Amino acid sequence: MFVTCLSDALFPRVAESMARLLARYGVQLEFPEIQTCCGQPAYNSGYWEEARISARTILDAFDDSDFVVSPSGSCTYMIHHYPDLFKDDPVYLDKAKALQSKCYEFTQFLVDVLGVTDVGAVYPHKVTYHPSCHGSRLLGVKDEPMKLLSHVKGLELVPLPFAEDCCGFGGTFAVKMADISGAMVTEKSDHVLETEASVLVGLDMACLMNIAGNLRHRGEKVQVKHLAELLYEGVSVHEHS
Amino acid sequence: MSTAETKAQTVKERAGYALNNEFLRNAVKFTTERLRLGKKLASEEHGNWDAWRERGRQIRLHTIAHLDYYLNEFAEQARANGAHVHFAETAEEAVAISLQIAEHKSAKSVVKSKSMVSEELHLNKALDSIGVEAVETDLGEYIIQLADETPSHIIIPAIHKNRYQIAELLSAEAGEALPPDTAIMAGFVRMKLREKFLEADIGMTGCNFAIAETGSMVLFENEGNARMVTTVPKTQITLMGMERIIPSWSDLEVMATLLPRSATGQKLTVYMSGISGPKRELDADGPDEMHIIIIDNGRSLQLGDPEFQELLNCIRCGACLNACPVYRHIGGHAYGGTYSGPIGAVLTPALNKNVAEWDDIANASSLCGACYEACPVKIPLHDMLVSLRRRKIEAGRGDKLEAMGMKGFSAVMGNAKRYRSVVSLGKWGQKLVVRGGEIRTRIGPLKGWNSYRVTPSLPKHSFRDRWPEMEQDIRRTSGTMDPVIADRLRERLRMQKSGKGENAHD
Repeated sequence: MFVTCLSDALFPRVAESMARLLARYGVQLEFPEIQTCCGQPAYNSGYWEEARISARTILDAFDDSDFVVSPSGSCTYMIHHYPDLFKDDPVYLDKAKALQSKCYEFTQFLVDVLGVTDVGAVYPHKVTYHPSCHGSRLLGVKDEPMKLLSHVKGLELVPLPFAEDCCGFGGTFAVKMADISGAMVTEKSDHVLETEASVLVGLDMACLMNIAGNLRHRGEKVQVKHLAELLYEGVSVHEHS
Repeated sequence: MSTAETKAQTVKERAGYALNNEFLRNAVKFTTERLRLGKKLASEEHGNWDAWRERGRQIRLHTIAHLDYYLNEFAEQARANGAHVHFAETAEEAVAISLQIAEHKSAKSVVKSKSMVSEELHLNKALDSIGVEAVETDLGEYIIQLADETPSHIIIPAIHKNRYQIAELLSAEAGEALPPDTAIMAGFVRMKLREKFLEADIGMTGCNFAIAETGSMVLFENEGNARMVTTVPKTQITLMGMERIIPSWSDLEVMATLLPRSATGQKLTVYMSGISGPKRELDADGPDEMHIIIIDNGRSLQLGDPEFQELLNCIRCGACLNACPVYRHIGGHAYGGTYSGPIGAVLTPALNKNVAEWDDIANASSLCGACYEACPVKIPLHDMLVSLRRRKIEAGRGDKLEAMGMKGFSAVMGNAKRYRSVVSLGKWGQKLVVRGGEIRTRIGPLKGWNSYRVTPSLPKHSFRDRWPEMEQDIRRTSGTMDPVIADRLRERLRMQKSGKGENAHD
């Protein structure tokens, strides 16, 4: 498991839900502790040397793993930049190519690799889904979450208007261009509220933290969850009732 | 330009002006939404959109890789057709050539059909300085000229104005109050421009594509004014970026499929004109003299640059602007240059030799990739924006505080033990600011973020704190693997090792 620094430090329940869901299918899980951050904040800001220092912890962590699974489309996509980032370092270039061929975003692994579309969850709520940009556009994760959501019993999925528009997070963009980012997240929240859904679900905690932060700031009660959390909750409730 | 937003020096200041202008934001949202919906429907209806995008990309890649060859072929053919072909290395040279032609013809007025290259040269001001009146004849560009502004969109120059603002501008020109009714306003402009077409000495246009094999220029337009501009005046000047070339008319078929659909969602524009030289003996109309000015102005700097050469593939459809969530909120003038939106954020610094003056516009993007997805020739603008940021840092023009922050980032993230102790330290440190599990303070780096959001606090235990115990629990309760899943995993592993996994292509 490549849990990502954000999920490790701020949202441990997301990584835990992912782990517990995968374990139900007999997947043997490991968490190599030397992993830290994929390096994206430094990479996107133009500090590639600093990005490499952080990225090496990811490349060193998964030498022995058959598959690498992460609860973030954006951090998973960052791994696809590694061959370019390490093009002048033969040792790490090989590791980068190896990791690129075996890394998956959580729903990619569940649906495309394991072949699971129905985890047996029950979740009787009105839910809307935000497709994060890097996961959906660059990594190509579009159908996988839809398949999983469509099999959840009792769940009413309401389409999010302008769903494909960026929520305005963009890493350091949210700090450097705070007012533009603020306008973007405000509009995203407006669209979420328009759906009258009680839960917003997604696949990237950075984007969800951004949208949830804005909703809380406005005093709105909409719950914001990672899909792994929703599914695991739906499975647990089902089994304990 | 005279408006307040362009006097601001930074993209942040210019964007601030736009963000506080409800009229502008609503006007931009209204039109970009209409255009991107049109594009979505047109590309879906086409059926094989991605295959054609790839064909378009390949044509552009090939042409740019052999640009010297095709430029020569184009120039030879155009000269054989009777046109005068000029090459201008800089904007100044292109302006000088244009003014010489105007002076030689003792021109008093020039009618123009929209050309972004002409905007790049600030040609109208130059013509004005020698007493030649330049009149823009595209409706949107005419409005912008009346307002003494620059285009805020590549194909919809007046996108930032609503019809009430336009009615005000046109009423001032008409000397009477015109209602904000599109048909009446367009009727007034039509009548006004008709006189201008008839009295103009020179017609001036841009060029959507130049066909190398026959030395022809192709113009896409919806208003018919480009046809007037290229047939009525006795002298015709075409301004053309040196990368506008495509090899043949059969390549145009691909471009004519991609450009209008991407730009406006139209299958084809109302007029598509191919022009091969001045009036011939049997022609009923057309100019007696024709000049083609081929302009470099920073374009050749991209040739041979592996990160930026693809910029020259751009066909100026504006789809990336319409798709961009940042452009949607700040409009085009916030980018500060002739070209705006994602393409402008890369093109402006690139054409200007990456000078420090343009460093900050690469930051005006969340790197969401909507531009790349919208681009009919698949230019990876989101990657180019990162390259621009990296080059700025490598050139030593980074922000000192940010550089220190990044050093700190790598020191912490380079080592899992250090990272873990910093997270623990954060849990103690945050006690000063956490209220009810949330952080709302607006100090330091949290100022911008917390003006629009609240920040979640670090939980008591991180995932890695909890993993040893969780791992035991998971191992105890873990299910057995279904043989079907086990087979799938083995098959996937085999694919990964042979390089045929779905991840291998990227």
